[in-house]
Amino acid sequence: MLKTIAAAMLMSAAFVVTVHAQDGGKVTIVTSFSKDVTDPFKAGFEAANPGFTLDVQNKSTSSGVKYIDETKANNQVDLFWASAPDAFDSLKSRELLAKFSPSVTGLPEKVGSYPVNDKDGYYFGFAASGYGIMSNDRYLEANDLPKPVEWSDLTKPEYHDHIAIAAPSRSGTTHLTIETILQGEGWDKGWATLKGIGGNLQQVTERSFGVPDAVNSGQTGIGIVIDFFAFSAQASGFPVSFAYPSVTTVVPANIGIVANAPNQAGAEAFVNYLLSEKGQAVLLEPAIRRLPINPALYEKAPEGFPNPFKDPRFQSMITFDSDVSKKRTDVVDTLYDQLISFQLDNIKGATKAIHEAEKAVAANEQQPARALLTEAHALIAAMPITAEEAASQQVRDAFTGGEEKTARQAELEQKWAAFATEKYAAAKAKAEEALALVD
Amino acid sequence: MALVQSIPIRRVSAKPGQIFAISLIALFLAIFLVIPAGTVIYTAFTEKGTGALTIVNFVDFFNTDLFRRSFFNSVYVSGMSVVWASAIALPLAVLTTRFDFRGSLIIQTLGFVPLIMPPFVGAVAMQLLFGRNGTVNLILNDWFSIRIPFMEGLNGVIFVQSLHYFPFILINLSTSLRNIDRSMEEAAQNLGSSGFRLFRRIVFPLAMPGYLAGASLVFVKVFDDLATPLLLNVKDMLAPQAYLRVTSVGLTDPMGYVISVILIAVSIFAMWLSAVAMRGKDYSTTQRGGGGLSRRKLSRGESVIAYGVVGLILLLVLSPHIGLLLLSLATVWSFSPLPDAYTVAHYGRVFGESSLYIKNTLIYASLAGLIDVVIGGAIAYLVLRTKVVGRRWLDWAATAALAIPGVVLGIGYLRTFYGITLPDGTPLATLWVMVVLALAIRRLPYALRACYAALQQVSESLEEAAENLGATKQRTIRRIVLPLMTGGLLAGFVTSFSTAAVELSATLMLIQSNSDAPIAYGLYVFMQSPAGRGPGAALGVIAVIMVALCTLLSHYVIERRQKALGVAK
Repeated sequence: MLKTIAAAMLMSAAFVVTVHAQDGGKVTIVTSFSKDVTDPFKAGFEAANPGFTLDVQNKSTSSGVKYIDETKANNQVDLFWASAPDAFDSLKSRELLAKFSPSVTGLPEKVGSYPVNDKDGYYFGFAASGYGIMSNDRYLEANDLPKPVEWSDLTKPEYHDHIAIAAPSRSGTTHLTIETILQGEGWDKGWATLKGIGGNLQQVTERSFGVPDAVNSGQTGIGIVIDFFAFSAQASGFPVSFAYPSVTTVVPANIGIVANAPNQAGAEAFVNYLLSEKGQAVLLEPAIRRLPINPALYEKAPEGFPNPFKDPRFQSMITFDSDVSKKRTDVVDTLYDQLISFQLDNIKGATKAIHEAEKAVAANEQQPARALLTEAHALIAAMPITAEEAASQQVRDAFTGGEEKTARQAELEQKWAAFATEKYAAAKAKAEEALALVD
Repeated sequence: MALVQSIPIRRVSAKPGQIFAISLIALFLAIFLVIPAGTVIYTAFTEKGTGALTIVNFVDFFNTDLFRRSFFNSVYVSGMSVVWASAIALPLAVLTTRFDFRGSLIIQTLGFVPLIMPPFVGAVAMQLLFGRNGTVNLILNDWFSIRIPFMEGLNGVIFVQSLHYFPFILINLSTSLRNIDRSMEEAAQNLGSSGFRLFRRIVFPLAMPGYLAGASLVFVKVFDDLATPLLLNVKDMLAPQAYLRVTSVGLTDPMGYVISVILIAVSIFAMWLSAVAMRGKDYSTTQRGGGGLSRRKLSRGESVIAYGVVGLILLLVLSPHIGLLLLSLATVWSFSPLPDAYTVAHYGRVFGESSLYIKNTLIYASLAGLIDVVIGGAIAYLVLRTKVVGRRWLDWAATAALAIPGVVLGIGYLRTFYGITLPDGTPLATLWVMVVLALAIRRLPYALRACYAALQQVSESLEEAAENLGATKQRTIRRIVLPLMTGGLLAGFVTSFSTAAVELSATLMLIQSNSDAPIAYGLYVFMQSPAGRGPGAALGVIAVIMVALCTLLSHYVIERRQKALGVAK
């Protein structure tokens, strides 16, 4: 019996090996995009370029970067295709991307205030993405909540325990959102907003898609997401809405050719197809719904589709300084994790106490209680390091293991976490004191 | 009473065949487990930046509040999960093996299905049913204005883990119960023991190897599992902390690997403890194969209670799969107890591709299962029956595989095997065989525990008798040991096979093209977009049905074999 099974298995194994042969025109692409995105592009590309076949390898952005890095000695991948510009930056700095100039011309140089392409020609924007607030209509109605439109709305008491966000250390797109808020509002005020939202969070997910998933299914009411997650959910029939807050930015999603690509010609053909009008039109399909980089396409866009090249709200968006962002990426992500993600119970507890006390004080206004609440807010907003320290060589070297480090990363993390635990506990105590005064 | 002091094993010198076997297995484990994992975990012992050897990272680990808290949370959750998993598994195992109970076969199979929780979709389905705004809570909120936090915090993790992993106890305990000879029970009954006392003093102790094998697996698996805590957004446990640090974009942080080392150490310690608990006790019986324990008929009243209990437990443990089925048939399911409308379109969408995924999955998982049973059986034999130097190390090395995060093993395989090229220039690491080997290594501990338990119940005197009658070692193994272990071997195969069929984390690093992809990868690809949720769930349902059918088939084979033996006697 076992022998027969073994024999059958070996035969089927041999069958798989023979099936394996490939023709010469295989273009291998590593991407974080879902099947709904890659399938129409694969069909369109193969129809427009007969002889080539597109082989899609789906990996999360971070494992894609790791994969290309680990396999560089004998690279088998032609293209890397993902949203977050920082992943491409990281590949470029490790010399894992190849230079190329696409044959498609006449595309804009900037979307909003962000340059579309890498200035050295290593990667190219093919779609624009803005960040904003997605909400589940049924959930908001059932909980009697208004639709939030600004980041500061999310710090209000009525949204307590109704918001989801992906950890910026896990999601390149969320990292950009956080960085946008920090650059738009300044380090201290920005962190105060982030911690205000942090105190209202229901969950911090570890995947970017975890947030729209939770909002779609109604597990949470509000999510901080990249726009196309909301647009494609709407196109699939989910009862969700989306708003761009005034402090936000649009950044491009990118594609780049991997250094030493086994099929350079095929890789170039795909980049050219993606930027061509035909390829750009695929972006408007209901299951994709991303903002094309080619302005001409917006004439074909469905009613109400945002146009980052015409819409005035996109023109007023802030300038995103990627050099500032790059210098402090690790520090900002780690701060967010240590002060918010891993302290969720503490920060939520303190925030809830403040909300309750504020309500009581509003009904019975008293100066000493109000002063205590101001102190409590300040305690929540307090930061263990300043913007200058965050970008300093000493702190950066703690994360990279460089020579000028004054402490190890683990020591900094413990210090920041202890700082937050203490401040949140103190804030909660002040709020309770204020409540006791007016009760 | 069967718990007599074991007779010390007399063979001291190792036979050449045994030395050959142990070196072969050691080589296999070294190449496919120790070296690949070592190339990655090595980082734990180096200083960041300079790469110099150091243990300062471990000092940092114990100086960090977050990690200390995570450590205790992980221990607490694992322990409580064992308790609850036992509470679910015990009644099912006892009812199906000790009583004449119709549909035992179906219970044995269905009770096993929870192990086959496809990645992502299983999680989404659970949230839709038990989440804060899932079916149950929306209804409760409507009727009574209350919500029960099934899926929140550490208790949520315990809830989901017990539902997910209790089959480990069920499978191993049932196998052990089946292997107990009825003469033991009859002897006890003749001496006046019956009912619960009989179970507590005779039956359960005799089934101890199976129970401990299952319970230790549940403990270690829960301790090392990262998917469930992450799904519930519980981050202050060890395994999620390791994963979050290992997989972030950018620079590598040694702490992730330090946690991996600690996970491995605790896993081996737990297995060692369960071995110590068994030490000095002999659970084997010489008489075998009388069709297992005598099956008592249930009275009408008892039947009703039994069916009620079984029905309730099955409904609870299968609820994720019921949710999955609903999700695969739903158009839109958002903030409502049930989907808005139903459709079969999702199945149409995945139909064309699924045959390729199914074929790949069957090949990968069954090959991995076979490798596991062969190696697991060999290790169990070497540890329990021989005195070869280093045999315990094999056991521990294989067990350590449980604690190595899949993504660490995946990266290790890329590092170790990508540099080796085949004659046509393709790297060794891109061959689908590597996926099979990675799966086999990841699932080896499951099969190993099952083989271990099976062999512990075989009395050595049977082998000695065979050898006294002139049989060679090989012949004894082939004609005596293997046939008596069949149940355990099959249990091991089924566990390895079915869990390998839905494994993703190591696979995601190693899959090189869609034509080599197993079903878990197909699922992952769908589950990244709102429109892909339905098709992903459909693929998940297909995976569950496929694996369940294979399981049913192997249970059928065991039952038939047991009956045939009973008749022959």
